[in-house]
Amino acid sequence: MPWVLRGLREGVVTTRYPARPDPEADAWPGGIDVVERESTASDGEPENVCPTAAISRGDDGRLRLDRGRCVLCGRCVQARPDLFSVHRGTETARLSRRTLVVPESPDDDDEELGRLREDLGRRVRALRRSVHIRHVDAGSDGSDEWEVLALGNPVYDIHRLGIFFTASPRHADVLLVTGAGSLGMAEPLARTREAMPQPTVVIAAGTDAISGGLVSPSYATADGVGRMLPVDVWVPGSPPSPFSLLHGILLALGRIGEGDRRGRTDEADRRGRTGGGRQEGRA
Amino acid sequence: MSAEPVTGAATAETLRDEVAARVRDGQRFAGLSAGLTPDGVDLTALLAHDGTVEPLDVRLPPMATRFASLTPLVPAAFWYERAIRDLFGLEPYGHPRPDPLLLPLEDPSAPLPRPGKPGMPDDLPPDEFALPRVVTGPGLFTIPHGPVRSGVFESVEYLVETPGEDIPRLQIRLFGKHRGIEKRFEGMTPYDAVLLAERVEGIASVAHALAFAHAVERLAGAAVPRPAALVRVLHAELERVANHLDVALKLSDAAGLAVATARFGTHKERVLRLVGALCGSRFGRGVVVPGGVTAMPRLAPIEILDRLDRLQAAVEGDARALMATPSFLDRLRGTGRLDGALARSHGALGPVGRASGFHADARVERPYDAYPHLAMTPLPPRAAGDAMDRLKVRWDEVGQSFHLIRQVVQELRESPGDGTCAAPVHVEDGRALGWAEAPQGEVLYLLRVRQGRVTRCDPRSASFHNLVLLHEVFNGDILTDFPFIEASFGLSVAGAAR
Ligand code: SF4
Repeated sequence: MPWVLRGLREGVVTTRYPARPDPEADAWPGGIDVVERESTASDGEPENVCPTAAISRGDDGRLRLDRGRCVLCGRCVQARPDLFSVHRGTETARLSRRTLVVPESPDDDDEELGRLREDLGRRVRALRRSVHIRHVDAGSDGSDEWEVLALGNPVYDIHRLGIFFTASPRHADVLLVTGAGSLGMAEPLARTREAMPQPTVVIAAGTDAISGGLVSPSYATADGVGRMLPVDVWVPGSPPSPFSLLHGILLALGRIGEGDRRGRTDEADRRGRTGGGRQEGRA
Repeated sequence: MSAEPVTGAATAETLRDEVAARVRDGQRFAGLSAGLTPDGVDLTALLAHDGTVEPLDVRLPPMATRFASLTPLVPAAFWYERAIRDLFGLEPYGHPRPDPLLLPLEDPSAPLPRPGKPGMPDDLPPDEFALPRVVTGPGLFTIPHGPVRSGVFESVEYLVETPGEDIPRLQIRLFGKHRGIEKRFEGMTPYDAVLLAERVEGIASVAHALAFAHAVERLAGAAVPRPAALVRVLHAELERVANHLDVALKLSDAAGLAVATARFGTHKERVLRLVGALCGSRFGRGVVVPGGVTAMPRLAPIEILDRLDRLQAAVEGDARALMATPSFLDRLRGTGRLDGALARSHGALGPVGRASGFHADARVERPYDAYPHLAMTPLPPRAAGDAMDRLKVRWDEVGQSFHLIRQVVQELRESPGDGTCAAPVHVEDGRALGWAEAPQGEVLYLLRVRQGRVTRCDPRSASFHNLVLLHEVFNGDILTDFPFIEASFGLSVAGAAR
């Protein structure tokens, strides 16, 4: 059978996300939530189970979980199902590093987020139709590239959304960076960004790119790429699933909101979104 | 494996001669590792023979600045010694090209990582100019590729040195992705460290977790419960299928076969979704723990078998079609030939070795987990050593993996066990080796533990051992063949640069 016919054999396998919900995406364990309830003395010190110190206790005594550090090992949920739960859904990308921390903090600065969104909106206004992404690996473990590459397979078919990966930085609108920020990639990454037309949109893809994940601290990495260049969108996951990457890219382009359901208005989205008070990085 | 050095050599020279003699006798050189101890630097050569991996040690005095290079007698040590030079500052004298590999530094007096030494060094940014980039001379020029690649690839820099009419030479620059993983292991508990092992080489997460866990289990004398051993094999073999499909899709892509690329991409996606449905991670992460596994599969055996049937039928149909596409086969035949004698003397691992007639398979030589009681279909002999036979070996292995997975799932269906997923693990102080057969080939972990914490961990990936062989396989048009050769090796830069 010629290849052309083989290609037609299985009919349509392509997801309709984001126009329609995707059952695989909606059921996917895309993050960890903190179960909201009054803390009690019997809580003990659940922060100790986490291998990446993603769990902390705020000044208010409440537990917080930094999805930018979480590698989804599931240990906290297994040890304390009363305190932590698996979050179903892949819309986990955020515009601000702080808002990767769950649950939301009362002193979450909505104004700052509004400014970030506006600023990003100005930069991407020109490219809503056809968008070119340049990927750079800055010290990944190799799995992140598989998930980025998956966006091109017929199941995700990112081309249907007018989004393309490009080899040339000169034609790239978006820089998608994976990896813990290996110091050996600092210069090549900077050169790539300089070769891109300004303004540039930068996506840090994966927990490693956000915080270094389990690789951090290390003499050979910057504990994430945030110290190497300004980041607009943060996509957690170890590695992030293709649906989470897609959410991050669409969020960068202003085609989708944050939060966990599509079609929310900005206002509802802002209220539903989570936030916290810890700033990451040694910068 | 005993916990302490089995054989000691008096000096690095005697170690070199001993290793060279054993390799001449047919033992397989499996690696060279170094580790700082309070009494000096231990240099450990790993030799595979007769169903074991034997460590041969020599202890260099604390003030040592150099050691006798093995490379002139054992060329497979070429990269290992350059890595030791970078991380420990020890000069391998007699080495033919002792350039930096993982960590070129501007300031040679900077305090080096020296794995095994307590504490984390300050940031060590590599200096890309500390390593000669352009070889000059009459008629000589250098064509760089990378480190930022043209497409979604891991970062690595290939320098093609073309000396006039001669066959071009390739230089591989890995340091862009060096992450300091070995130091990061130190001080971790085995339960945290197994999660880091999964990230040494993310596309072989399960194999790395297994190799690490096996080393821990050896130190603890722990026996993995049978159902857990089956679950381990289930994930290890699904990982192999996903990796081989990845190679098929990259080769199809290099040949411009859009439909084939799409088809293999879809099949690979299905495998990753199956893995995700089984455990919550598309890469099987968080499954393996020292002593067993964290949980039993979340899918019923009957459902797994059903998905396997459909997957296998689709994969095999498309594989047959691919291997009957003349324009594709023309690109692979004779491309990137690895000589059989070289594969043997180097101890080439995984499909790269097998396609050149050299069979090193940890599942066969030193079976672990459920492998001793499972039937492994024999692989047909392959020895052409080119990209074509490397792909054929992968298809052979995919069939073998499906057969193994079916046996495992059948047994889980018939004897699901009492729900015990892991044996208790009390780790004794000492040193042990652990191994597993990754899709890329044998992964070997040399682990030292003291008071329940890792004090030294050297994760030797098949990618590190095999990638250097790219130097040896260019016989045609280097520029147009390169994507095929690179994809046919199926290695990961992360595992090599660690
Ligand atoms: S799932 Fe995330 S937060 Fe929970 S223990 Fe693992 S890394 Fe920490």
